[in-house]
Parts: sequence; C-alpha cells; structure tokens
Amino acid sequence: MSIDNGQLDRGFAALGDPVRRALIARLSRGEATVNELAEPFDITKQAISRHLQVLETAGLITRSRDGQRRPCRLNPAALEALTSWIDDYRLTAERQFRRIDAILETVKEQDS
Amino acid sequence: MSTNPTTITAPAGLPFIEVTRDFDATPAQLFRVATDPDLVTQWLGPRNLEAEVVEYDVRPGGRYRYIHRDADGTEYAFRGVFHTVEQDALVIQTFEWEGAPGEVCLERASYTKTDTGVRLHTQTVFPSVASRDAAVESGMEYGIRDSYDRLAELIGKEQS
Repeated sequence: MSIDNGQLDRGFAALGDPVRRALIARLSRGEATVNELAEPFDITKQAISRHLQVLETAGLITRSRDGQRRPCRLNPAALEALTSWIDDYRLTAERQFRRIDAILETVKEQDS
Repeated sequence: MSTNPTTITAPAGLPFIEVTRDFDATPAQLFRVATDPDLVTQWLGPRNLEAEVVEYDVRPGGRYRYIHRDADGTEYAFRGVFHTVEQDALVIQTFEWEGAPGEVCLERASYTKTDTGVRLHTQTVFPSVASRDAAVESGMEYGIRDSYDRLAELIGKEQS
C-alpha cells in the first residue's frame, strides 16, 4: 500500500481549517451545492467557494455538473487515506496502552 | 478491566503529536509501570513483541535505550535522555530512532489524578513536520504488517 505524500500533505492542510472541516462534516451527510453549503456560515459565498476549491484540490471533494446544479460530493477514499494514516499510529499506541492496562492489573493486585 | 479511549492529535502542518489516555490506577502505579525497567520491558515497543531494554535509567540525566526486533530479525533501536523526572507526575525526555540519527524528539509525559484513576498526557515535539509524518507512517507500516501477520496466522489455523 503506497501513500502519496503530496496528497496526504494537501489533505491535512485542507482539513487544518475549521470552516473546511465543517464543510466536510456537512458533505458527509450527502451532496450539496455551494449555496446550500454557504447558508449556515457568516462568511461570503466567495469565501466558501475558495474553501471548496482547496478541498477539491486536495482531492477530498468532487464537483459534478448536473444541469444548472454543481453539487459537491465527498471523496470517501481520500478521507479514508487520511484517517488510516493516523489510525495505524493509534493502533500501535492503543496496543501498548492495553498492555499497560494488563500490567497495572497485576501491580494493583500486588498493592492490595 | 475496561479499555479507555485514546485521543491522538496530529495537527496538519505542525510537528506535534499529542496523546491522552486514562488508566484505572493511581498515578503512582502508572508511573511505576512506565518507569520500572522490569515492567517497561513488558509493554515497550511498537508491536506485540517485547523490546530488549538495554538501559532505562529514569532520573534527571539518566539514559535509556531499547531494541526492537522484527520477526525477520531486523533491529530497530531507540534511545534518549531523561531531562526532568518528577515522581508520579512528570517526565521530560528526548527520543530518537537510531535509524534516523539527529531526528530527535522532545517528549513530555504528565500524570494527573482524575476522579476514576490517572490521565497520561504525552506531548511530542518533532524536529520537523516531515519527521513527524514519517514517525506516524512508520507506525502505519507496523499496523499493516501486523495485519498481514494476523492474516497469516489465521490462514495457518485454517490450514491445520
């Protein structure tokens, strides 16, 4: 399994902004147009468009043409690549912590 | 024995990793497991193989070094120096994988009493975002290799 570092960097940089994370969260519930996405925010539609551009460049979302509508969609595979990057680190950490849990049980028995 | 959740934060574009984990024990008990060389041997190391702890001298100025061996005999050695040690409360140390000499991290581990036990909070500062990412991805490689190992075991069981 190879990881494209450039894509990872762009992905993480794209997610390093609260507005863009909120847009991703919204799109995880289904596709939406720029107007629909901009609605809950107090920033201009142009600003939202720029954020979407960043997400698109990072490969996290795609935009299709549907007549006059140009809905944005999540690219789940790209998000998965980002989460698996941290998830395996997490697995390693959690495995160690569970071993510590087990040793602590023994230590607690000795202490009581 | 419950499994408490682990919170890992690796912010984009910053050379940091923060890990928070609660344990059902006292700060003193967790501190002992994390610093007693005989106990450290039992959990330290990136995979389900024990690490060989060459030295683990947890006091200001003390050194540590441990070696991890893969199933195929490949060795991964890690070393560092303990800078600050406050019994049952705080350890500040350096960390270096000898395979990437000079890429030294600074780690701060605090032990805080909670209502139900103790919270371990570790903050690691890497020399660069690239080295932070490389460290996370090496963990990933382990994860993938572990999966293959487990798969191989399962296949072995199926066959026997």
